[in-house]
Amino acid sequence: MIEAAGLDSKDGLAYDQAVREALGEKAEQEVSSCETLEALRQLEGALLGKRSRLAQLHQQLGSLDPSERKVLGRLLNERKARLKSLIDTRRAELDRADEQARLAAERMDLTEVIAGRRRGTLHLVSRTQSELEDTFVGMGFTVAEGPEVETDWNNFEALNIPPDHPARGMWDTFYLDVGKPESVLMRTHTSPVQVRLMQSHQPPIYSVMPGRCYRRDTPDARHLSIFHQIEGLVVDTGISFSDLAGTIEAFTTTYFGPSIHSRLRPAYFPFTEPSAEFEITCTICEGQGCRTCSQTGWIELGGCGMVDPEVFASVGIDSEIWTGFAFGFGIDRCAQMRQGIADLRILMENDIRFLEQA
Amino acid sequence: MRVPLSWLTDFAPFGSDIELIAGSLDELGLVVEGFQEVGAGLEEIVVAKVLAIDPIEGADRIRLVTVDAGEAEPLEVVCGAWNFSVGDLVPYSPVGARLPNGMKIERRRMKNVISNGMLCSQAELGLGDDSSGLFVLAPMELSGGLPASQTMRSRAVDPSGASLAEPGARLLDALGIAGDVVFDLAVEPNRPDALCIAGVARDLAAKLGLPFAIPDPTPPPAGGQSVDALLSLVVRSPELCPSFTLRVLTGVCVTRSPWWMAHRLVLAGMRPINSVVDSSNYVMLELGQPNHPYDLSKLNGGVVVRKAREAEVVTTLDGVERRVGVSDARVAKGAPAEDCLICDGNDMPIGIGGIMGGAASEIDSETSSVALEAAYFAPMAIARTAKRLGLRTEASMRFERGCDPMGIERAAVRFCELVSSTCGSSVRLSPGVLQESESPPRPLRLKVRVGRVNSVLGTELEPEEVKSLLVPIGFAVEAADTQDRAISAASGESDGALYVGVPSFRPDVSREIDVIEEIARHHGYARIRRTRPCSPQVGLLSQRQKERRFVREVLAGLGASEAWTSSFLAPGDHLAVGLDAGSKVELVLANPLAKEESVLRQSLLPGLLKALAFNVSRRQDWLRLFEVGRVFLPADRHRSSDEGRSTDEGRSTDEGRSDCDGLPEERELVALLLAGEGDGAAQAVEAWRTLAMSLRLDGTEIVAGQPPGLHPARSAWILQRDLGPGSPVIGVVGEVDPKVAESFGTEAGSLAGHRRRLGWLEVDLGALATLPRAAGMDKPPSRFPSSDIDLAFEVKDDVPASKVQETLRGAAGPLLVEVRLFDVYRGSPLGQGVRSLAFRLRFAASDRTLTDKEISAVRAQCIHAVEGAHAAVLRS
Repeated sequence: MIEAAGLDSKDGLAYDQAVREALGEKAEQEVSSCETLEALRQLEGALLGKRSRLAQLHQQLGSLDPSERKVLGRLLNERKARLKSLIDTRRAELDRADEQARLAAERMDLTEVIAGRRRGTLHLVSRTQSELEDTFVGMGFTVAEGPEVETDWNNFEALNIPPDHPARGMWDTFYLDVGKPESVLMRTHTSPVQVRLMQSHQPPIYSVMPGRCYRRDTPDARHLSIFHQIEGLVVDTGISFSDLAGTIEAFTTTYFGPSIHSRLRPAYFPFTEPSAEFEITCTICEGQGCRTCSQTGWIELGGCGMVDPEVFASVGIDSEIWTGFAFGFGIDRCAQMRQGIADLRILMENDIRFLEQA
Repeated sequence: MRVPLSWLTDFAPFGSDIELIAGSLDELGLVVEGFQEVGAGLEEIVVAKVLAIDPIEGADRIRLVTVDAGEAEPLEVVCGAWNFSVGDLVPYSPVGARLPNGMKIERRRMKNVISNGMLCSQAELGLGDDSSGLFVLAPMELSGGLPASQTMRSRAVDPSGASLAEPGARLLDALGIAGDVVFDLAVEPNRPDALCIAGVARDLAAKLGLPFAIPDPTPPPAGGQSVDALLSLVVRSPELCPSFTLRVLTGVCVTRSPWWMAHRLVLAGMRPINSVVDSSNYVMLELGQPNHPYDLSKLNGGVVVRKAREAEVVTTLDGVERRVGVSDARVAKGAPAEDCLICDGNDMPIGIGGIMGGAASEIDSETSSVALEAAYFAPMAIARTAKRLGLRTEASMRFERGCDPMGIERAAVRFCELVSSTCGSSVRLSPGVLQESESPPRPLRLKVRVGRVNSVLGTELEPEEVKSLLVPIGFAVEAADTQDRAISAASGESDGALYVGVPSFRPDVSREIDVIEEIARHHGYARIRRTRPCSPQVGLLSQRQKERRFVREVLAGLGASEAWTSSFLAPGDHLAVGLDAGSKVELVLANPLAKEESVLRQSLLPGLLKALAFNVSRRQDWLRLFEVGRVFLPADRHRSSDEGRSTDEGRSTDEGRSDCDGLPEERELVALLLAGEGDGAAQAVEAWRTLAMSLRLDGTEIVAGQPPGLHPARSAWILQRDLGPGSPVIGVVGEVDPKVAESFGTEAGSLAGHRRRLGWLEVDLGALATLPRAAGMDKPPSRFPSSDIDLAFEVKDDVPASKVQETLRGAAGPLLVEVRLFDVYRGSPLGQGVRSLAFRLRFAASDRTLTDKEISAVRAQCIHAVEGAHAAVLRS
């Protein structure tokens, strides 16, 4: 701060006085009490503008005694700079407040946003199918497909189930009203895809066949007349029952988790020999025993076995060179087990309240 | 099949470890689906001896019975039954006990006397269906119930014998049923040998390493006239019935079966009828040989086995008139109806061979002479007849799976033995047997290579181990003879072949692999180690499979939920969505479960509309659904335009299938039903564009049209561009015809009166797969500024905007980056039938900033082209 001390002339003292009046504490107070940018702009003009007291004082500076001019000139500039900086600071403050007010005016309650369209979902069964496919793809399998309407030959005869074979009773079949009676049918399993695959491709074969199947059973909580199945087929040299058991186990622990295991027990299918049902650790109780597994700790998942030599013969594969195994189980059943769905029929109802949970 | 443990134990000492037995049955593939504890709830019932029977004053239906129930003092019990006398042993339920039917026994006062408990009938104890009186415990029941000839390894008979019949003994012990259980087994169709108690026992005994034997039955004393003096036998159809035998028993007194026999039949799930019929059923359950007893006096002196004549009528035991000898087109592809009939001496039908006997020759209380049929019927013939008649019986089930042709005699003798022990002491077996049998086939002898066994199973079994697994279940095993060994040595084989004789009760075993399965079963599946084959290929999804998944994701991203509707429609559904109907163009099920699900779908529209209606009726109004699924078209409707459509590049198995098999054409469609708020044709088009862009489809166009089932003025075909007329249809897009929607009930519920627009998109996934795709990322964006021009034209309504856009694209030349329709305006000052279409075109060059001059030149070209091609006018 420059003191008035050292000024001799009357003019000098008056000038000093004038500077202090025009750019002194009063002006500073005016700046800091300015409430709007517009007021600040006007005040800035009045204090520092072309017609301001400051401008006059600048002009008067020349008429002062040169010895005092230097001191007073410095005073004026210092006062001016100080005031300018106060104004800038105040302007920044007001600017910020202004911006805040503008944003505040844009206030929005993010919880009052109106719900738009529904979430889209994949069907539980198609999602399950993809997961199963991915598991087997990871084990080196490809995915094969085929028609849902099939010939009796592909669905039964090639699989060692001749007409009138008692085992036909295992598959209640929908027949189409075309051609010779009972010659064209809705496939009862995806095994005809295996037949087509073996006819069209040389072994080795490592494939799974997912798809829609049909059985003429009245639907109930555990069965649908239209359902989805995935089968697998491996044909190679030196394939044995122990490879089948190991593949089923690898799939089980991969897909259901490390605490779920598999076991095989003898069964009968015309197209495999030896044949087995495979069961997995109950996914509900993890083997402890519960109502779902009738206290056994195991639930039945599907069937499997070594490809019967008759099947190889019907598709022209030499069973002395090649051996293989096949397995199959319900995709819907798998989904039912993983999701704990009480009644399978809900899968075909397409109730959006169910679909959207997928 | 229901198998009581106590009955099994007649053949091997199985003990009482239920868990071990059930687990072993499971491991054998005789899956235990459930089991029932016999006599559960009867633990407190004891044997009581009737000491006195006194009338009660003022009561004529009940009496006061004094019994010794093994307690210090005799007890007085009020009883309403009259079928017993002093000295009889009867079941007594003490006060405080609860009967299996839930009834709690209390001390009751009746007519001034006090009843201290209850004397019980079979029905009250759940031990039979006899409720006519008390269960009087005859000596035979208490001895364990079996004829003297029967081996009795199993009985929990007290060694001292007598004490079990003493008053106060537990009824369960007295009857020998303590700890008995009935296993409910699921027997696979290839195991006819396991359709009887003895067969199950054989398999189980082998698994558990126990000795097994079927006791030889003892026939009753011979007597009376010889069989051929009483009866004649002619088998005219040996192809249907290769073996038929008749034996005659005289002096038979038909009565109620003893408790032990009736009880076993009940446990096995059969209803006791009389001592002769029960003996017959007992033999079938025990040995697996169905057989049939006739009343000799009703046979008119003979039995004829022959093929049924056209439309002959037989009244079977169940009282139903059945027409046989009628061909059914659905059975065996129209093979002639070859039903085997059993006829009497006058050639009148008295039964359907191997399936069910007739009412005319039934055993009744007057029967005194019984002719027993034990035969072997051709399995296929039985299967066809049973299917044709819709008549599956215990007998037909066994014959069609294959009975033991060598087991006939044992079964017949066992029947005679049972009858002689249950039908009075005067039963005599007529000397001789009437028999017409083809010489039985030679027993099968199979070569089984131990090396093959191990390579198929992944095991390391020695020949001796293989033998030890097969012999206990009735197979004869010998090592290869020396000659064979020399041959295998010469050829370098070290297979170690065995020769395996197949028992006659295993018709399912006819090949080496069948024997391998038996080895695996008895070795134990669980003992086979687990290995994993190494796939020589890389696992992957085909392009088509990946694309199908991608399409699903895109549609779900549009807010649609995936539905899965039935492949079968109701008969009117195709007509309702504007498609042709009738047998020529529709595929129909020959045997639907219900009429409403009898037609194979050709469109996903009916199914999704039904799904929508289902949701709307549950007040789920606004939603979007999609489905990926197959539709089915008759084979002769293949259209030429579809030829050459390639199938899945992956491991498709569809190739060439329509060449010879005449199967219907299947198409995989994806359909989207837009029923969200504000949805309609525009949203359907937007969805199609999103899908097309996501799949990088290049060169499709939307061409106005009237696809069936859709709104006549708000729908279009999706076609491949530049292929001209007749280009294959990729799909349809637009809105569902409101009338169609209405007919499926999608307007029900809360939206009644509010007309909803339903957007619809249906695309052939197979056709999509063949479409060209936009090239990859071969165009780097220009580094120079781009320039936009906006052009608005007045265009008549009948000129598609897409055509104008195409013209602009063509005229704009190589500098065009994109052209976009951004505004459509109708109304003043434009005239009727005209709208303004405003396009924004963006231009850029890769090597320079475009000049105003270049831009205005292109602008002029564009205006000129559109005005020229579409009679359009530029709006100023």
